[in-house]
Amino acid sequence: MTRVKVIPENKKNIIDKIIEMSGENIRDCMQCGKCSAGCPASDGMDLLPHQVIRLLQLGQIDRIVESKSIWNCASCFTCAQRCPRNIDIANIMEAIRLTIIRCVGNSRLKADDVPSKVDCKMPQQAIVSGFRKYNK
Amino acid sequence: MNMKYSYYPGCTLKTKAQDLEKFALDSAKTLGVALQEQKEWQCCGAVYPLATDEIATKLSSVRSLAEAYQKGEKLVTLCAACHHVIKRVNEDMKHKEDIRKKVNNYLQLPNDYEGECEVIHYLEMLRDEIGFESLAQKVKKPLKNRKIGAYYGCLLLRPSKVMKFDDPENPSIIEDFIKALGATPIIYPYRTECCGGYLAIDQKDVVEKMTQNIFESASKYGVEEIVTACPLCKYNLEISGFGDENNISISYFTELLAEALGVK
Amino acid sequence: MQRIGVFVCWCGTNIAGTVNIEKVIAAAGEMPGVVYAKDYQYMCSAVGQNLVKNTIKEQKLDRVVIASCSPRMHEATFRKTAKVAGLNPYLVEVANIREHCSWIHKNKEEATKKAIALTRAAVAKVALNTALIAGEIGVESRALVIGGGIAGIQTALDIAEAGYEVDIIEKSPSIGGKMAQIDKTFPTLDCSACILTPKMVDVSTHPNINIYTYSELENVKGYVGNFEVTMNQRARSVNMEKCIGCGICTDKCPSKKAKSEFEEGLRNRSAIYTPFPQAIPNVPVIDREACIKFKTGKCGLCETVCPAGAIEFSQEDTKITKKYGAIVVAIGYDIIALDKFGEYAYTNHQDVITSLEFERLTNAAGPTGGKLVRPSDHKKPKKVVFVQCVGSRDKTERGKTYCSKICCMYTAKHAMLIRDKYPDIETYVFYIDVRTPGKNFDEFHRRAVEEYGVNYIKGMVGKIFPDGEKLQVHGVDALTGDTIKIDADMVVLAAATKAKEDAEDLGRKLSISTDTNNFFTEAHPKLKPVETHCAGIYLAGACQGPKDIPETVAQASGAAAKAIGLLSKDKLVNNPCISEVDEKICSGCLACTKICPYDAITSKVITFNDHGKITKRVVAQVNKALCQGCGGCTVACRPGAIDIKGFTNKQILAEVDALCR
Repeated sequence: MTRVKVIPENKKNIIDKIIEMSGENIRDCMQCGKCSAGCPASDGMDLLPHQVIRLLQLGQIDRIVESKSIWNCASCFTCAQRCPRNIDIANIMEAIRLTIIRCVGNSRLKADDVPSKVDCKMPQQAIVSGFRKYNK
Repeated sequence: MNMKYSYYPGCTLKTKAQDLEKFALDSAKTLGVALQEQKEWQCCGAVYPLATDEIATKLSSVRSLAEAYQKGEKLVTLCAACHHVIKRVNEDMKHKEDIRKKVNNYLQLPNDYEGECEVIHYLEMLRDEIGFESLAQKVKKPLKNRKIGAYYGCLLLRPSKVMKFDDPENPSIIEDFIKALGATPIIYPYRTECCGGYLAIDQKDVVEKMTQNIFESASKYGVEEIVTACPLCKYNLEISGFGDENNISISYFTELLAEALGVK
Repeated sequence: MQRIGVFVCWCGTNIAGTVNIEKVIAAAGEMPGVVYAKDYQYMCSAVGQNLVKNTIKEQKLDRVVIASCSPRMHEATFRKTAKVAGLNPYLVEVANIREHCSWIHKNKEEATKKAIALTRAAVAKVALNTALIAGEIGVESRALVIGGGIAGIQTALDIAEAGYEVDIIEKSPSIGGKMAQIDKTFPTLDCSACILTPKMVDVSTHPNINIYTYSELENVKGYVGNFEVTMNQRARSVNMEKCIGCGICTDKCPSKKAKSEFEEGLRNRSAIYTPFPQAIPNVPVIDREACIKFKTGKCGLCETVCPAGAIEFSQEDTKITKKYGAIVVAIGYDIIALDKFGEYAYTNHQDVITSLEFERLTNAAGPTGGKLVRPSDHKKPKKVVFVQCVGSRDKTERGKTYCSKICCMYTAKHAMLIRDKYPDIETYVFYIDVRTPGKNFDEFHRRAVEEYGVNYIKGMVGKIFPDGEKLQVHGVDALTGDTIKIDADMVVLAAATKAKEDAEDLGRKLSISTDTNNFFTEAHPKLKPVETHCAGIYLAGACQGPKDIPETVAQASGAAAKAIGLLSKDKLVNNPCISEVDEKICSGCLACTKICPYDAITSKVITFNDHGKITKRVVAQVNKALCQGCGGCTVACRPGAIDIKGFTNKQILAEVDALCR
């Protein structure tokens, strides 16, 4: 393990942007882990929701961007519903996703990929949602 | 009873989820409720845009809301996702000054829209406008001895501060609905747990695990049928195959309603 | 011309950091009537006070202005200083240039300007001050303690031991409070009842103590030393004198479906009941809502079986009015309702219980005789999960923002008690932070971990899924980042503490304030922890904020000491700043009598000589002992005949003029 710098100078802008876009105050988090404890999608996550918030607090944005977790979040709002600190973690997850996909060429789901991912029963709702969440 | 509402169907109901709509409209007729489909509704976007800087993705909801308000009617929704989006956008228009301003600047409606319209889900219409007691009286074929589990999913319940639909952890609206139709509601702990939603597009393995939990829980508590209000929930539950494994069928709540009212 | 001295305090950097003291001194020197102006770092210190004293004498000052902190803080100090130097203490004015100026401003130039203006206003006022002599009032040498829990009991015993009469008023049928429900106490694990019940007996047998149970405070009149309190004693339906406490009535009562409050609903009780066997007084009450006789008119079995003829269905509530010199508020706390925390399944699963319910479950006198079994099937659990901070440190509308303070310790105690009695039961504690400051407290918690093998997990529980006979607890270990699943048999929730529902209402009756959480506010968070802003009313125990037993008892003795200090005085010095009627101007409309909250104004007839003709006229008259100087009458008086001494209309206008200059 290498020692990390807490809130590296060159990450301040992006973290401020994420916080602004989410409208949430990450400093409210006291790391109780309730979000992670109840997250129904946590099985497939390499970073749990409370760890994502902690890494944001420490400015370790690269580790979040590299993780699968933000793409495993289904925006089910279970965490937001129960957070004792009134943080809407789903908003933060969305803001992180957007900082990535809003960069040109970074869309996670490309239009060409869609046909291979849908079947005849899949509702439009799924395709539109996926597109809204993964593509800009 | 003579009740008139503006009605917002949404894309999925016109294609893959026609059952959800057909049974809802037939039942409404029997119940003496006039649901007038809005003329120029547009797709709500399926997911509520969570970022504070999103405006364009909220416009279609506002158009529908403003139109219903103009007519002096409540707006009834049917698809859980549409309801979630429209209700939350409406709340933004009520409480978020910057969004209200930008949206109104863009839309240039005859009158500024400020969240005045009341948007209710079809289930809320049954509970709060018609009443489950009067509904029970209109049941022609009570669904006796059927053990039905409600699957709420996420979008109707959370975040409860905005949705104000029911207790987010211990809801009862669908159980009360099932009871009104003469069936036996079964409460099982996973009825409010997420099915995976749009992860269906890209993370099928995650969805599979999540739906498996739901079926296991339902099965353990003796559920024989699951009803839901969300096309994506229904798809995720069906595609998983666990329903067949556990002998649990999945349908829309409106299908149940139509059956009990004798219009199926 | 007056000889006014102005003394400007730096308060270290508190004032001098934001206000240019030199400029204030220079400006003060120019103000009308000022003959002397001087600054010092800490005017309230011995050196500072000596400076004031000596200058009064040397410069023959006849009035003094101290520009310093709030008069709330040091007005009394400087009045005393003036008195020692031979100056009437009411010829001193304080200009508040700290709380009203330096602490709330950043711009030094603006703050200096404001400090000068405030000083100028004080100089203008003091010029019109007159010497005032304080009167005296008597003290009723009896105290009232509101609440009969451990806080109230300790307060009452201490005051009674000092030789004063004390009345305890308790809402429920017995004294004892929460402590009577508790099994063992931390950190010594001694039996709660064993240390509480002797004190309850002491209270009930003490010649100086009267207990009014099943009673509530209705209203309070008067002021420090002379409170007049009316309480409502609810109809017990049992004659306290005749009852011999045999308990036959409770045994025979056919209505046994009411939930026992004392057993936290884990056991039912009869309609006629004593809350617990050691209750004081050991006289049952009839719960009229559960009683068949009261509901249908039939039954009356208790009356038939009572060997003492003590049952009185016709009893009515009685009002009791008494006078007290001091009041101590000790109404305790409650825990929050958990219906909004659906994820813990408390409302729909019997084996999810609160910590207070757990106290009853492990208590030898409790519903299971101290045997730890699941409420649902009376089987012994194999795994017990504790969840801390349920609603504590919670910023949402379902919880409380504060730390409930006692949960870390009692949860450690509970887990330890289980492991001690049943080493085969596994225990898990989910916590956010373990907070155990206090004598031998952290050692206690560590003992739970190290010696008793309680599994502490830093993290919260997301949801509890009832699953057949088990409760699947989904939690997280925030340290390793592992999600955790425990198939528990029982879950114990440490629900947040909260102020009593009726605290705000009681506060209003007593004219004492409550904070945003409805806990009573102490007069000063550090230096006046048991006093309230209302003289003669003191606080003890958890009604002031979450507290454990040792802290509660310490505060109770503190409050008792304050009450004793008050009761031991024969006379109290009156505030001389009370209303005064100018009979020449008074029109006799008596509007003032209607507005006075202390009933201090009456009327009298005066005779006067109008150009040789003797006529009679009605005018208002102020009772000096009753007037509290609130000033309501001066506003109501249309001809402007009433003034508050020390705050006359002329003085106030002079201040306003000076500020506007």
